Amino acid sequence: MAYSDKVIDHYSNPKNVGTLDKAKTNVGTGLVGAPECGDVMRLQIEVDEATGLIADAKFKTFGCGSAIASSSLATEWLKGKTVDQALSIDNMDIVEELNLPPVKIHCSVLAEDAIKAAINDYRVKNGMPALELEGAKH
Amino acid sequence: MELKLPIYLDNNATTPMDPRVLEAMLPYFVEKFGNAASRNHSFGWVAEEAVDYAREQVAKLINADPKEIIFTSGATESDNLALKGVFEMYASKGNHIITATTEHKAVLDACKHIEKMGGQVTYLEVNPEGLIDLQELENSITDKTILIALMYGNNEIGVIQPVREISAIARKHGVLFFTDATQAVGKIPVDVQADGIDLMAFSGHKMYGPKGVGALYVRRKNPRVKVTAQMDGGGHERGMRSGTMNVPAIVGLGKACELCMNEMEAEAKRLSVMRDRLENALLELEEAYVNGSKEHRLPHVSNISFKYVEGEGLMMGFNKNIALSSGSACTSASLEPSYVLKALGLGDDLAHSSLRFGLGRFTTDEQIDYTINAIKETVLKLREMSPLWEMFKEGIDLDTIEWAHH
Repeated sequence: MAYSDKVIDHYSNPKNVGTLDKAKTNVGTGLVGAPECGDVMRLQIEVDEATGLIADAKFKTFGCGSAIASSSLATEWLKGKTVDQALSIDNMDIVEELNLPPVKIHCSVLAEDAIKAAINDYRVKNGMPALELEGAKH
Repeated sequence: MELKLPIYLDNNATTPMDPRVLEAMLPYFVEKFGNAASRNHSFGWVAEEAVDYAREQVAKLINADPKEIIFTSGATESDNLALKGVFEMYASKGNHIITATTEHKAVLDACKHIEKMGGQVTYLEVNPEGLIDLQELENSITDKTILIALMYGNNEIGVIQPVREISAIARKHGVLFFTDATQAVGKIPVDVQADGIDLMAFSGHKMYGPKGVGALYVRRKNPRVKVTAQMDGGGHERGMRSGTMNVPAIVGLGKACELCMNEMEAEAKRLSVMRDRLENALLELEEAYVNGSKEHRLPHVSNISFKYVEGEGLMMGFNKNIALSSGSACTSASLEPSYVLKALGLGDDLAHSSLRFGLGRFTTDEQIDYTINAIKETVLKLREMSPLWEMFKEGIDLDTIEWAHH
C-alpha cells in the first residue's frame, strides 16, 4: 500500500513533536489508544488565558505513518483556534486532507479522540464540566 | 562497488530468481515446448527427459529417490496434498493429526478444513524460543493419530524444530511425519533419510527458482506412503497429482536445487556471519530483542522487536530503500499482529514492534551496512516521537496505565 505524499511529508517532517508541562493548569493532555492495538497518541494543547486561543499544541505518537501524520496534522490545525472551535475538528476532515485509505481511518479517529481528550482535561482542570463525548465512529 | 537501491531483505517472502535458473528454463518455452506426457513423438520425449532430469536434481538435494518427488504448483499445494491426502488415504486407520500453532497458514487452514471433514487436530503450543515440547508431542499421540505435521524452519522467526527427534517419536508410534520445509530446503542440509521424513513440502521461489512450482516428497519405502489425489485428471505423478507438467518451471526448480546443492554450505556460512553482524549491531539499541531461538535457527533469518516503536511506522522510515517485513498488524489485512510472535508469548505491543530480516544469495556487506544505519537512525527518530518511550524513560510502568481499547 502506497502512502499519500501528505502522509509521507508529515512522517518525514512531523510538526510539533514534543511535550508540554502537563502540570500547568492551562495545558490539556489527551492520551488515547493502546500499545496492544499498535497505536498510542498523546496530544497536548496550551491555552493562552488572555485570548482563549490555543497558543501551542504538541504530540507524541506510537503508531504507523498514518497515525503519526494524523496527529501532526491535528496539532497544526489546533493552533490559533479557540477550544470550542477545536471541538469541531472531525476525523473525516483528517481523512480527506491526508487521503487516508479505508484501513487507516482508525488513525484519524484516534486523532479526533486525542483532541477531545486533551480539551476535556483542560476543561476539568479549569473547573468546567467534562463534555459528554459521543466519540468518533469506530 | 556502488550501492544500488532498493535493497531486498525479504527473502523469506520470495527470492529473486538466479539468472542461471532462467537460462536453464528458456529453451522450454518456445523451442522445446512439448507435453511431457506425449509418449509417441520427440517433442514429448524431450520434455519428459527434462522433467526426469529435474526430478533427479531435486531428489539429490534432499537425498531422496527421484520417484519420490511429486511436482506441484508450490508449497501451499504440497501442504494441502500432504495433509488432506493423508487424511483421506489413512481414514481407516484414524483421523487425528498433530501440528503446532506456529505453522504456516497453508498447514493451519488445511487442518481447519480437515476438522470440518470430521478430523481431530491437536495444535501444540511452542515455548518462548518457538520450539515444540517433544514430551507433549508424544503425549498427544493416540491410537487414532495418523500424522504429525510440523514445519522444518519457521518463515517468520527462522526457528528450526528438532526434526530428528520428532521423526523418532513418529516412528516409535507408527505415525507418519510430514514437514513443511519451504524455508529450509536449499538453505540448510535437509536429508529425508537421516531426518526420518515421510512427506515434505517445498517450493521453487524460496530457493532462487521460479514461482508457481514446488514439490511434495512422498516416501516410497519403510514405510511406503500414499496420498489421495486432491485433483482429478490424467493421473500424472504416480496418480497423486494430475495436470500437465509445467516443464519450464520444473526445469527451473531442478536447476535451483542443483545450485543450492553446490553452493548451500558456503552460502549458509556467509549469510550467518552477515546476519549476526546485522543483528548484533541492531541489538546495540536499547530495548531491542531477538524473537525466537538464536541457537536453533536458519542462518539467514533474524526477527527483532524494537520496543516502543511500531513496525509499520518504522518501515516507513526506510521502505523506499529497504524491503523488509514486519509482524505489525498494520502490514496485514487482518489488523491482527503476527500469530507466530504471539505464540512465543510476546505481548501484542512487542509483536507490533517487530521486523523480519531475510538475507539471501544476493545480499552484500554494503547492503547490510546501509541497513544497520538506516534502521538505527529511524528507531531513534521514532522513539523521540513515541509517548511510550518517554514514559519508559520516566520510569512509568506501562502495564499500570489503563489504556482505552478500541
